[in-house]
Amino acid sequence: MTKSFTTPQGGNHDVLRDINFSVEAGEFTAVVGPTGCGKSTTLSLISGMERPDTGEVLVDGQLVDGLTKDVGFVFQADAVFPWKTVIANVAAGPRFRGTPRKEALAEAADWLGRVGLTGFERYHPHQLSGGMRKRVALAQTMINRPRVLLMDEPFSGLDVQTRQIMSDELLSLWDVTRPSVVFVTHDLEEAISLADKVVVLTAGPATVKESFDIDLPRPRNPREIRHTAEFVKLHERIWESLRDEVQLAYRRTVSVTPEAVTPEAATAKTRD
Amino acid sequence: MTTDSSTTPTAPAGTPAAAETAPAAPGDAAPDTQEASPGNDPRAARAAQVRRQRIRRRVLVNAVRVALLAIFIGLWQVMASTGAVDEFYTGKPSGICSKLWDWIRHGTSQGPLWDQVWVTLQETLLGFAVGVVLGVVLGIVLGRLRFLSDVLAPFIKTLNSIPRILLGSVFSIWFGLGISSKVTLAAVLVFFGVFFNAFQGAREVDRNLLANARILGAGNTRVTLHVVVPSALSWITTSLHVAFGFAITGAIVGELLGAQQGLGLLIFQAQANFDPNGVYAGLVITAVFALAAEGLITLLEKRLLRWQPRPQKSSGTTV
Repeated sequence: MTKSFTTPQGGNHDVLRDINFSVEAGEFTAVVGPTGCGKSTTLSLISGMERPDTGEVLVDGQLVDGLTKDVGFVFQADAVFPWKTVIANVAAGPRFRGTPRKEALAEAADWLGRVGLTGFERYHPHQLSGGMRKRVALAQTMINRPRVLLMDEPFSGLDVQTRQIMSDELLSLWDVTRPSVVFVTHDLEEAISLADKVVVLTAGPATVKESFDIDLPRPRNPREIRHTAEFVKLHERIWESLRDEVQLAYRRTVSVTPEAVTPEAATAKTRD
Repeated sequence: MTTDSSTTPTAPAGTPAAAETAPAAPGDAAPDTQEASPGNDPRAARAAQVRRQRIRRRVLVNAVRVALLAIFIGLWQVMASTGAVDEFYTGKPSGICSKLWDWIRHGTSQGPLWDQVWVTLQETLLGFAVGVVLGVVLGIVLGRLRFLSDVLAPFIKTLNSIPRILLGSVFSIWFGLGISSKVTLAAVLVFFGVFFNAFQGAREVDRNLLANARILGAGNTRVTLHVVVPSALSWITTSLHVAFGFAITGAIVGELLGAQQGLGLLIFQAQANFDPNGVYAGLVITAVFALAAEGLITLLEKRLLRWQPRPQKSSGTTV
């Protein structure tokens, strides 16, 4: 499977410029880059929610033109439906795609078991912790068995411990259906511990600066692998590459307008 | 489309955004379990004490309320009886009571009291139902279809800026003295209140939720039914409280403008006869059923918005 695109001119402001990378079938790719460099935009382009101005996105050799059923997306913010119970949230995907109610609920119960939420079927999202809501979101996405799984800083709202547990769970879920993953994060450790390949983006307009193969053995324990010598070495090499971009992006946020300092404001700005 | 005249959307009390700020630890996630039985457990004793305090407070609040009401009515009665205020204008509580009793026992000048109440109630409920259904449907549809709402915006603004109570006269001409002119007036008043809230609610849907639904495979209809409508519900139910007031206003004003039966007519006739007690008695009846309706709407709201986090009250308040 290849994905490649080249994209400039988002209005009067280039968010992405000549960005081009590919993800093999079943490969876990992490994309790191400084805050607001256009990582999220890249994901929207792959998903088909937005279209590139020039260039193209290919999934399985097919041109992406709008949403397809093969793509799953885990959002940074909570995107589970607050008015649906946990089980109804997980069953939503199959229901939207026309699976009969009974079948969808049985399947959802299955996936709830996989994310360790059996017994919480009738709860509403606000009754759950942040980590549990995230597991609902994962089950909700994975139940559709996407072949391409896009994740936009999915664990950024969680505390450090929960984050590491979620990384574990993500890898074991990934093993069930083995989708190709594009995992956007600004946390380099998280990226290395999860991925087969880490792509470093430049400070906006984003383009691929460098790409690193992570040849750490699988199955991995993302929590423990951080202490191995290979991990530390990789971290050093990639950080070397990432550091300049982070510093560049930081200098821009301090020298431009004050409201651009927060990551949200910076991202929103680049999207316009 | 924005509203810059009489009816503006009211923000719902518990917006969905608030839902995201109340995470609970996994251990806390279980719903409130019954309290431990009172015994040697110091925590149970403490809980019992807290509960006693809460009950005492509630009793106190209610006692003060009753006292205030008693003082007000007592003063009114005394001042009217002693001539400190002119009974010709103010009426007096005992007069209102006997007027009510008289209506209940012997009926009003235009027939049994229940008939009057029933007529007004019918007009109110029908007007409310029609206005709410139209307001919700059109609000959601226009909220979803940007083109249509852009086209219709100036017309809706114009209609909204007319003092709608004046339409009562128009409807009297169109539909005569029967029930339909009142129902129409009530429905129009209700419609605008509900419409703008439904419209705003449909517009304020979290974009992440929309994107998520689409990616999960929902088409336009499913997005509307599964995401937009539930999300707009808290806006809509907020507007229902005000809308019911509008419905009563529409029904009663419609009756004042010309009717053969109803509470409005009753009040109007009492006014024409310089009978302040009759006017107040009519008001009392209206207030009673407005309060009953308010209670029902609050129940409905709680049922529909079960999924929203409640403001954190300590457990055990429900008996």
